[in-house]
Amino acid sequence: MNIYVCVKHVPDTAVNIKISGDNTIESKGCKFVVNPYDEYAIEEAITTVKNAGQGEVIVVTVGNSDAIASIRNALAIGADRGILVKNDHYFLDSASTALALKKAIENDGQPDLILMGKTSVDSEGLQTQYRLASAFNMPIANEVSKMEMGEGKVIVEREIEGGTRQVIELKTPCVIGATKGLNEPRYPKLPDILKAKKKAVQELDISELGVTQDGPVAELIKLEAVAERSAAKIIDGSTQEMAQKLVKILKEEEKVI
Amino acid sequence: MAKIGVIIEVENNEVKSINNGVITAASAEGANEVFAIFAEGDVNLNKDKVGIFGATVAVHLTAGNADLSANPDIQARALGELAKDQNFDGIIAVSSAKGRDVLARLAAFLNLPLALDCTQINFGDNSVVKSHFSGKTVATVKLSPDLLLCGIRPNVIEEKETTSDISLLEYDAKVEDPGLMKIIEIKQAGSHKVDLSEANVIVTGGRPMATVENFKILEVCADLMNGAVGASRAAVDGGFATHSMQVGQTGKTVSPKLYIGCGLSGSVQHFAGMKTSKIIVAINTDKDAPIFGKCDYGIIGDLFEVVPALTEALKNG
Repeated sequence: MNIYVCVKHVPDTAVNIKISGDNTIESKGCKFVVNPYDEYAIEEAITTVKNAGQGEVIVVTVGNSDAIASIRNALAIGADRGILVKNDHYFLDSASTALALKKAIENDGQPDLILMGKTSVDSEGLQTQYRLASAFNMPIANEVSKMEMGEGKVIVEREIEGGTRQVIELKTPCVIGATKGLNEPRYPKLPDILKAKKKAVQELDISELGVTQDGPVAELIKLEAVAERSAAKIIDGSTQEMAQKLVKILKEEEKVI
Repeated sequence: MAKIGVIIEVENNEVKSINNGVITAASAEGANEVFAIFAEGDVNLNKDKVGIFGATVAVHLTAGNADLSANPDIQARALGELAKDQNFDGIIAVSSAKGRDVLARLAAFLNLPLALDCTQINFGDNSVVKSHFSGKTVATVKLSPDLLLCGIRPNVIEEKETTSDISLLEYDAKVEDPGLMKIIEIKQAGSHKVDLSEANVIVTGGRPMATVENFKILEVCADLMNGAVGASRAAVDGGFATHSMQVGQTGKTVSPKLYIGCGLSGSVQHFAGMKTSKIIVAINTDKDAPIFGKCDYGIIGDLFEVVPALTEALKNG
């Protein structure tokens, strides 16, 4: 049971983002972490391989050389080895990313399963896993919060609006995008972090893989800070007065109810 | 005139209201021809529901005997064939769970750029606007000049009624089913309340809610405004609300006309999920809560007193 987990090295969502130039960010001084949704994928991969009794969890990351930290993090949690595809540009379109992941994986071995988070918290694309699946001719389900391995298949559940759940059967090998609810990601303990330093990480440059796209790709033209609302208009009076004033404002001025 | 396909989301054979703003966007004030695509549901019954927002053609999309709702992959392939046959300039849809899934399959299959959860669309230069970095920045992204593929966040574009005639088009796509995946069951949730991501009014409770029972106070208030009830991560982690109620970065992204946060501090992660709301109101006992620095209206008070008072005022108003 060989499971490849695609992990992205992203800014911690708690930190401020400094925009640099027209369309990139200042990464220096910014705290980076494993993409939160990828944590569910790493955890699921480790448990699945453990239950199978044999196999490996291989982490694959496309990113700059700092991204090795996220690979080490995954290794500390329990993945067996890693592959870093080095790319210096902060933003890489999802088609190129998916192709880089595909080539890195197929050069390495035969995947039984490919897992990753449902989306990255920086570019919020929600699509790399679909492109990866298409490149491999594998079926794919995204935003999966329940997964069960079967004979030559996986049965997953994903939630759609209204709390309704789709139960989907996919033939293996397949690609699955994980989301919150799939499992409880474990945290690495210090001995595991130290052990992880000895696990193998292969590094290669994205130029070695030949991922240039023939057709059009998404192009990030501009990145801008979001203007926050300014301080609230505080409504005063007794509890009853405040409530009545608010209803009046919402109905008559703002016309939202 | 550009031809824009809009994938229409149907539930119980009814056109969901979240489609309306997307149709309006596709029409671009009548500049574009809009093909409302029905992969399920009765097209004849529903064509006027899309016609009034600017759709000019209602398409009944089929792929032989395939059940397109049970197989999003086949649906995507059928859409690709339709786009080629009709020479579409774009295909857009609401960025709901189903919408973003089928659009991603279509984009992967055609190997074309796609942007999901967009808040603005500009057909003139094939660009869209969407969040990057969990709502902290907005990104302008340029897509394909051949076929623009885009998912629009529910409720961000106002629906606009217009007069337009709508014709019918039957299209049967010749697509292969590789037989690799299938939706084998749909598990309906208990309640049929409006989903958070589609609600026009949301009342959210934070950690001070303290119990599951207390959320009923918010429900009564929200009901009077035809709204939904949300919860902060703290409330969910505390066991007072289910994860499906969570608004925020690791929960749902919402964009209602009115968002009332009760006992919310206003964390960055929570705002990532609701900052495109039209009007944000905060109720908190702490006058220094960060939320008061970034919302439209504030009431400094105890939610357990203010929310019932609000309910009363709504009943009487």
